[in-house]
Amino acid sequence: MIKIDINKKLHGSNGEMGLNIDIDIKDNDFVALAGESGSGKTTLLRILAGLEEVKGTIKIGDKIWLNDKINLPPQKREIGFVFQDYALFPNMSVEENLLFVNKDKKMANHLLNITELTKLKKRLPNTLSGGQKQRVSLCRALMNKPKLLLMDEPLSALDPSMRTKLQNEILTLHKEFKTTTIMVSHDPSEIYRLSNRVLVLNQGKIINDGKPKDILLRTTGSQKFSFEGELLDIKKVDVIYIAIISIGQQLVEIVVTAEETKNLTIGDIVNVSTKAFNPTITYKKTN
Amino acid sequence: MLEIISTLEFEPFLLSFKLASITTLILFILCLPLAWYLSQTKSKSKPFLEAITALPIVLPPSVLGFYILFALSQNSPIGIFFDEYFDVKLVFNFPGLVVASCFYSLPFMVQPLQSGFENINKNMLEASYVSGKSKFQTIFKVALPNIKPALMTAIIVTFAHTVGEFGVVLMVGGSIPEETKVASVAIYEMVEIMDYTGAHIYSAIMLIISFLVLLSVYIFNHKQNNKFSGLHK
Repeated sequence: MIKIDINKKLHGSNGEMGLNIDIDIKDNDFVALAGESGSGKTTLLRILAGLEEVKGTIKIGDKIWLNDKINLPPQKREIGFVFQDYALFPNMSVEENLLFVNKDKKMANHLLNITELTKLKKRLPNTLSGGQKQRVSLCRALMNKPKLLLMDEPLSALDPSMRTKLQNEILTLHKEFKTTTIMVSHDPSEIYRLSNRVLVLNQGKIINDGKPKDILLRTTGSQKFSFEGELLDIKKVDVIYIAIISIGQQLVEIVVTAEETKNLTIGDIVNVSTKAFNPTITYKKTN
Repeated sequence: MLEIISTLEFEPFLLSFKLASITTLILFILCLPLAWYLSQTKSKSKPFLEAITALPIVLPPSVLGFYILFALSQNSPIGIFFDEYFDVKLVFNFPGLVVASCFYSLPFMVQPLQSGFENINKNMLEASYVSGKSKFQTIFKVALPNIKPALMTAIIVTFAHTVGEFGVVLMVGGSIPEETKVASVAIYEMVEIMDYTGAHIYSAIMLIISFLVLLSVYIFNHKQNNKFSGLHK
C-alpha cells in the first residue's frame, strides 16, 4: 500500500495553484493519471520520485519516503521512471543502458527478450526508432525491480499502431513483475486497456477517482452512444442545415434544424448522441 | 636557414608547454566541481560566482599580474605562508607562473564545461539518480561522456590560452631562462634586441601550432556533433 498526502504551491502557467493530493494506492495497482496540461500530473510523479521538494507524507509499505524528518533522495526510493523523452544515455548501448542501473545480465536479457530488443542490444540509442527507444527506457526502469513504476506520458510521441504494440508489452511486463504503476496518459483507450484505476487531476486537486469504465464512458441516462466533438462548420443545403463535427480523428455530418443552428457557434465543443436506435459494429481490420 | 634554426634555443617552447600542461591539469581538477555546481545551482550567488570566474577575460593582464604579484610576494600573508611552510617562493619562478596561469586561464576551463553541463538533458541526469546512482557516478559515467565536445574545447583552449599568455607571465615571472622565460616572453625580448630572424621563426612556430590546435578542436567537435545527431555512424 502506498500512502500519499502532500501539499505544494505551484507556479503554473495559470498563476499560483496548490497541489493537494491525499490518496492511497493498493499494491500491484495500475493507476492512470489524467487531466489537462498544467494540472500538476508530471509534478506529482516528480514528487514521488524525490525530484521535487514538497511537504507532506509519502509511505510505501512500512517504509517512509517522506515526512517531517525524513526525505529520501531519489537514489534510495527504489523507483523506476519512464520519461516522455526517453532520457536514454546516448553514450551507452541498449544493453549498457540497462546494465548501468543494475549489473544483472540475466534480468537485462530477459527484459530485452520480452520487448523484442535482443537483436538491437549492441546499438546506440540514436540509431533506434522512437518506439524502440521507449522500450529500452521501460526496460531500464524495471532493471532494479522497483517498488513503484512512474511513467510520464510514455507513449504520447508514438504513432497509434506502435502505441498498441507497446501497450501490450507494458501489460505483459506489469503482469509478470506486478509493479505498482502510476502512468500519466491522455489517451482513453490506453487508460482503459492498461489501468484499473483512474485519477483525474484538475488545478492540483483530484476531481475524479474510480474505475476506468465509470470515468471514461460518457453516455448518460438512456443514451445509446455519445461522443464529444468540435463543431467545425454549419452548411446550408437546400432547406436543411448540415453540421460538420470533428470527433477523434474523424469528421462526421449531422443534420440540424434552422432552430438548432441558433444555439451553435463554430468552434463549440458539442455532444453527439442518439438513443433511438442501436448502433451496430462491423469488422473492418485487425489492428 | 637550417643553421639559424639549429642555433636557436627551444627551451622557451618546452617551458611554455610544461606550464600549459600543468595548468590545464590543475584547472581541470578544480573547475570540474565548480562548473558542475554553476550548471546545476539555482542559488542567487550564481551571477556573482560567474562574474568572478569571467573576470580574467576582461581584466588587462597587467592588472591581473599586479594583483597576483602583490598577493604572492614575500610581504603578503599568502607569500609568507608558502615560504614558511613549504619553502616555496611564488614570484619570479616556475611555481609562481603556474599559480598565475591558473587564474588567467580559469574562465577558459570553467565556461565550456559549464555550458556543456547546462545543455545536458536534465531528465538524463535524473534518470541516473532514480537508478540509484550518486552525483559522482552520474558526472563521470553519464555527464562527462556526453559533453565530449565541450570537454575537448575546455582542455585544448585552456592549454592553448596558457601557451599564448604574455602579460601576466611577464609580470609574475619576469624572464629567467629555463625558469620563467616562456616562448611569448622570448619573442618579446627578441623583438626588443631587434633579432627579427629569431622572432620570425618563434612567431611562425607559435602561429602554426596554435592553428593546428584550433583546427583539431573544430574537426573533433564537427565529428562529435554528427555522431550525436545520428548522421555519422
